[in-house]
Amino acid sequence: MKKLQKFRFVLYVAAETQNSLLAATNLNALCREHLPGLHEIEIVDVFKKPERALADRIFMTPLLIRTAPSPPQRVIGTLSQPERLLQALGLRPAAQ
Amino acid sequence: MNLKKSPISDSAKARTGIEGFDEITVGGLPRGRTTLLSGGPGSGKTIFALQFLVRGACDFNEPGIFVAFEETVERLATNAHGFGWELVELQRRNKLCLIDAQPTPDLIQSGTFDLGGLLASLGAQIKAMGARRIVFDALDIFLTLLPDAGSKRQEVYRLHRWLLDNKVTALITSKSGGEEGNSFTFMQFMVDCAVTLNHRVELGVSQRNLRVQKFRGSSFDENESPFVIGRGGFDVAITRMLGRVDVVVSNERVTSGVKRLDTMLGGGYYRGACVLITGMPGTAKTTLSGAFAEAACRRGERTMFVGFDSDGTEVVRNLSSVGIRLDRYLKNGVLRMISARTITGSAETLLVRIKALAKEHRAHCLVIDPVSTLSRSGNELTAHNVAERLIDWSKAAGVTLVCTSLIDEMNGQTEDGSKLHISTLADTWIHLNYLVQAGERNRGLAIIKSRGMAHSNQVRELILSDAGVTLTDIYAAGGEVLMGTMRWERESAERVANEVAEVAGKLKRVSLDAEEAVLEVRAKSLQTELIAKKVEKTLLVRTTASRKGELSHGRIRMRELRGADVAKRGQT
Repeated sequence: MKKLQKFRFVLYVAAETQNSLLAATNLNALCREHLPGLHEIEIVDVFKKPERALADRIFMTPLLIRTAPSPPQRVIGTLSQPERLLQALGLRPAAQ
Repeated sequence: MNLKKSPISDSAKARTGIEGFDEITVGGLPRGRTTLLSGGPGSGKTIFALQFLVRGACDFNEPGIFVAFEETVERLATNAHGFGWELVELQRRNKLCLIDAQPTPDLIQSGTFDLGGLLASLGAQIKAMGARRIVFDALDIFLTLLPDAGSKRQEVYRLHRWLLDNKVTALITSKSGGEEGNSFTFMQFMVDCAVTLNHRVELGVSQRNLRVQKFRGSSFDENESPFVIGRGGFDVAITRMLGRVDVVVSNERVTSGVKRLDTMLGGGYYRGACVLITGMPGTAKTTLSGAFAEAACRRGERTMFVGFDSDGTEVVRNLSSVGIRLDRYLKNGVLRMISARTITGSAETLLVRIKALAKEHRAHCLVIDPVSTLSRSGNELTAHNVAERLIDWSKAAGVTLVCTSLIDEMNGQTEDGSKLHISTLADTWIHLNYLVQAGERNRGLAIIKSRGMAHSNQVRELILSDAGVTLTDIYAAGGEVLMGTMRWERESAERVANEVAEVAGKLKRVSLDAEEAVLEVRAKSLQTELIAKKVEKTLLVRTTASRKGELSHGRIRMRELRGADVAKRGQT
């Protein structure tokens, strides 16, 4: 797991709702801890860019898409269960 | 606004365009509000929802959005194609938008989430296409993803608020009950209109029902209404609602196909009437209805013949034996024969199919032979309503309907009509029966009732021959009613007696003529004799006179001869 692969994330949020703010905070904290200097985060507000939300099939918010490394991986929710999230993003071996 | 005083055109309602449903709800779904459509699996929720959008887009110029939580857009489009709804085409014209909102199977969930994204996208989409209608199909699928009852409720509430803000007519479909019971009940309270669909099987026959559970601020038909998912989507059966505009009735008469029957009815059936022909098996019910069909075809009226007893080809062959030739009308397409011998399904299904086929054929005349099939096993409960609706529909459509109905000897049913009690609804009721007499069965025809027209009260004998169908008077005299051979015998005996009497009369006349001639001759001879006598008499007078003259003349002459000339001048 020493590859210096960069992680790209797109986080779709619904304006300043509680769930969305929480998700953004959690994501930032997670990246700082596990991917220092190896991540890019784009935050998309679906209310400001509904066309993009429609095109990307974003129906529930908050929603996180890991666009790189591929394959893309989607996680919905406030990202408040770090263990599950790390597993899903491939930052922790699934065996445990 | 529609100026017609029809309760259907209500600006507070959004018409669904679903046959029958708009009548039940007096106009459709509440405009700008939310309706919950619930039902078990396979009860037709998605089809109802799709039809609501398709009709809205096509007929009422109200574009719509379909949010599918359960099915892919491709599958929806394929399914809809089966009903003749071209979703892809509608999407291309921007009249419809299908949104695939299925949760992806590889979706990982971490913490709570909400519908914000969807609503934001939908808000933009509504603005972009000017949508007036929206459907959330299988919202329960989305709700199962939410971790607890509180957040489910919160999302339902969020959705509700959003719908109110956007002023679109919304339809949410959901499975009823189940594990989502709580949020489901909550939805039922929240919405303005709730409709339930159910699907059950009674005695092996599938019955679908629809019921409007609540409708804020509107009257509606509260009863369960049977419905069928047919070729064109939903078809909800309705009985006539109070306040519906009456149909226009016609005074035009159409022939029954039997000249003498027309005379008995004072001109034939009324156009758009419902004619019932009852009778035991073999009393020529089919033949009589066939005669009607043939006559209709001859006028060039599109006719449909639904035969439950035998196949169309058999009916055509059998009727040709009594001079009713239907084959040429089948060929030129005026007549359509429907063979429905083995058709199964509820009475509702049959009615809907018949209606659909009649519409497709643009039939003006319809024969159902026999209509008693509707009350076959499993349908006893609904059959009467179906028969009522059949008549109501045919009248509204101006279709002249001829139904035959079997009165089964074995069931011990009397002339009270069939189980359907259709006889009270029929305008004209013709009853056929047998009269068994002297080893013969002969067919008798009587008009039991015929609304709005003078009709004969007499029983006639129905005669079938290869030349056609006709009626004859039965022999009724001296308290006797004779038919068939006995009638013929009695009639021929009368004919012979008449002939004898006639001959005798002729004979008498001849002899009288002879006597008259004799007398005339005698009269003539007497007259001649009289003239002779008269002549004789005159002669006699004249001879007497001349003799007298001669006598005196002779005396003078004698005097002259004797020379006595004194009184010569004075003598003459």
